Amino acid sequence: MIKCKQATQMLSEKLDRTLSAKEKINLTMHTAICTPCRQFGKQMETIRELSKSYTKAKKPDEK
Amino acid sequence: MTNANLSVEMDSSAAVNIFQDAVFIEELRTQMLKFARLQVRDNQLAEDAVQEAMFSAYQNIDRFARQAAFKTWVFSILKNKIIDLLRKEKRHTAASQLEEGPNLSGEALIEHLFEENGHWQKDERPKKWDQPEHGVENEHFWRIFDACLDALPAKYGRLFMMREFLEMDTPEICHNEDVSVSSLNVTLYRARLRLRECLEDHWFQKEKS
Repeated sequence: MIKCKQATQMLSEKLDRTLSAKEKINLTMHTAICTPCRQFGKQMETIRELSKSYTKAKKPDEK
Repeated sequence: MTNANLSVEMDSSAAVNIFQDAVFIEELRTQMLKFARLQVRDNQLAEDAVQEAMFSAYQNIDRFARQAAFKTWVFSILKNKIIDLLRKEKRHTAASQLEEGPNLSGEALIEHLFEENGHWQKDERPKKWDQPEHGVENEHFWRIFDACLDALPAKYGRLFMMREFLEMDTPEICHNEDVSVSSLNVTLYRARLRLRECLEDHWFQKEKS
């Protein structure tokens, strides 16, 4: 069973490479029971989306 | 003159109008400069890249009539200019030569966040982020995002921006920066860990308190 430390690294690496089948199973089992890591995974994706919208960010007065 | 010709002319003059909107152009230039400076830590080079991107946009302006599309397009030109600059800069400062920098980073940060048994420290468990999109329209949020990026150790920041802002792929980053794939992945992990922590502390949790 993997720990949060490994799980968070996989949740980040998921954005950079394809995880192996074994890693995927381990990760799915871990996040099923670990709320903080589930949050962490969502936040990794949020950070990616935020970076993408960085150059598209609008000023509040811009329509 | 046919109607088709007329409409083409109107489109291109609408496009040229973008450059006559001094307020829009100045604001855009400021944003582009900020974006370039984050990645190219040399003011003159950053300004040159922005200048060249603007010029290149002006030369090809007939393809663009709408401001929103224009902005995305100019930034994509700028991204390519920055990638070129970073490639040229390679010999001088590859990420592999950069220090990880002060502050809590790397192993120290990981030790701080996790217990010895590999589980989250109680206080450090990620909290739920409410409606992150709520922040995207918010100028203050982007100031914090900038500050958090700036606070990343140079090596983290450089690799992170290559991946997320310039959307370069793994082989290209590794080749350019003389790092192995696994070292790139670990560095990106640490960069995101740190950025996540910073955003949570200064924006997502602060908003609640």
